[in-house]
Amino acid sequence: MRDVYVAGVGITTFTRLEYPLAEIAAYASMGALKDAGIDAVDYVYVANMGSARINSQSALASAVVDSLSLTPAGATRIENGPASGASAIKEGFLAVASGMHEVVLVAGAERMREVNNLEATDFVATLTHPLAEYVYGVTLPAHAAMFTRLYMEKYGVTERHLAMVAVKNQNNALRNEFAHLQQPITIEGILDSPEAMTNNPWVAEPIRFFDCCPVSDGGAAVVLVSKEVAESTGRPMVRISGIGQATDTLAVHEREEPTELRAVRLAAEAAYEMSGLEPKDVDVAELHDAFTILEIAQSEEVGFFEKGKGHLALENGETELGGRLPINPSGGLKGKGHPVGATGVAQAHEIVTQLRGEAGERQVDDAKVGLTCNFGGFGNNVIVTTYVREG
Amino acid sequence: MAVDLEKILRPVDHPMEPYPAKFMTLASGETLVIREATRDEVPDILKYVDPLVYVERDYYDLVAARVYAELLGWYHHRMQDEYVLVAQIDGELAAVVNGRSVNPKLGMSLHTLAMRRGLRIGAHAFAAKMEYHIDILGHDEVLIVAESPIGFRRWMIEYQLEERFDTSHELGGVPSYALTRELFDRARDSLVVGRRPVPEDLLAKAKEAILPPSDPPTPPQDLLAATRAKYDSTGTSLILQRWVQEGGSDA
Repeated sequence: MRDVYVAGVGITTFTRLEYPLAEIAAYASMGALKDAGIDAVDYVYVANMGSARINSQSALASAVVDSLSLTPAGATRIENGPASGASAIKEGFLAVASGMHEVVLVAGAERMREVNNLEATDFVATLTHPLAEYVYGVTLPAHAAMFTRLYMEKYGVTERHLAMVAVKNQNNALRNEFAHLQQPITIEGILDSPEAMTNNPWVAEPIRFFDCCPVSDGGAAVVLVSKEVAESTGRPMVRISGIGQATDTLAVHEREEPTELRAVRLAAEAAYEMSGLEPKDVDVAELHDAFTILEIAQSEEVGFFEKGKGHLALENGETELGGRLPINPSGGLKGKGHPVGATGVAQAHEIVTQLRGEAGERQVDDAKVGLTCNFGGFGNNVIVTTYVREG
Repeated sequence: MAVDLEKILRPVDHPMEPYPAKFMTLASGETLVIREATRDEVPDILKYVDPLVYVERDYYDLVAARVYAELLGWYHHRMQDEYVLVAQIDGELAAVVNGRSVNPKLGMSLHTLAMRRGLRIGAHAFAAKMEYHIDILGHDEVLIVAESPIGFRRWMIEYQLEERFDTSHELGGVPSYALTRELFDRARDSLVVGRRPVPEDLLAKAKEAILPPSDPPTPPQDLLAATRAKYDSTGTSLILQRWVQEGGSDA
């Protein structure tokens, strides 16, 4: 396989966007193409989870490639739940690595605020097992609540640890102009003050309001190219060094140990093997914190911390900006937002920005190796990707 | 004989117990003070209401225009038995709410206008307004309407308001909803917060000056798209869901 580089990145603000879905993807793509200094594309992958259902628009890739005036380039939409973004990057990677294409644009976009919050919650819940979970009314917050309860009992994670993740990531988002949430939060305001229970009510006990990511619109894009093309752009050389993907049972109750995120662990191991890296080599990571507990659990499963010790590393400040291994400097899904189909691409956007040294106030010092974990379903389809800065 | 027309035009206000100021900690860790505004402060408040008249998003234009008129009416003594509460963070105007006492038993909620969003400031200010009606003025119930989907979710859904559809509300003559004392008591633990007395320095800072909102709502980039967002069906969905749970058909 050939080496594959990220030559350009682009992103829209994650918030309630007031323009159509295809344009959301197109604006992010224009940013990425401009960043790379490239205007000719061989192929376009568009990551999206729900356009047919929530935006009444199928064949999204055709609309995006046309919006960008990139016809007759080939174009395909990739739908793989909340892991659609990293799945599309993987497809783009394979297209370039195989020698089939020189320049591939990967865009991710979602316009979830088109529908009301009940419909959005129901739409996301369609990724659960249709007969064993969905029909009984299980939602993702409900899954996260059950997972959190088990984690608390087994490993001693407390509400305070969850709140620490929320505060860290939402406050990181204040340094990210593209992030959805732009209000600071404090432990006092969401946990300790007499008003905390009203400010931060239960969503599904023990999950509270500020343990959940917001429902966002947004788009992100990356331009993947061969080494020859990357060198010609003059942009910093950021290579995709490893990709691992693994799956787990669709129904969570079928797992032998429900507090283990096996697919995360296996995907990370595969990515490390492909890249020749180890967890200790990683300088910065973007993990899929749709719920605060997931950052803690994933930080263990990708090998950063021993199983059951992620919350202790959090307590010690190891995962905050300035810590030993900053996690989610972008704000993560919790602070930056979670337009589901765009999230995996947005994680790549952040890591590439960090490795280039272009992250401004949230820059991780001397970051050379980055990792993303894009978590589909409730851990049933996961992609871990590693990136390295060369030169 | 000369007639003092002002005496005819100006309604005679009934004495109303003052609203005792309170304070609370927001999710941001900032301290919100909610207190009763004075007539003299109206021009300062209007300066910050005015720009919102041009925010054609989430019905800010409509609500701001009506708040402007209601506060101006109060300032010029053309509204009877009206009160205005302001919510402030370090002096910054974060929300304005107002209402009226119709008679000793009935309150009329007018408007809730939040200048900072995402921290439940509007919800806290609305709760303070209901507290004023029920606990301080002793009203048995307060008539309420919502002019935006956000308001509908915050008031009708969260407080489970009762229908008073045979009674027109003063805002637009539309059918009213009502917050009764019983409903308020039910919501008291989860929705109504705040501590008293307000520390002197905090209250002094709030009264010193009404400062401009630091992050007020802004006009939408695309008016058509913002208009689409007006048709938020969450309230309808919730009502339908509840109705089905109570045994109704969803057909």
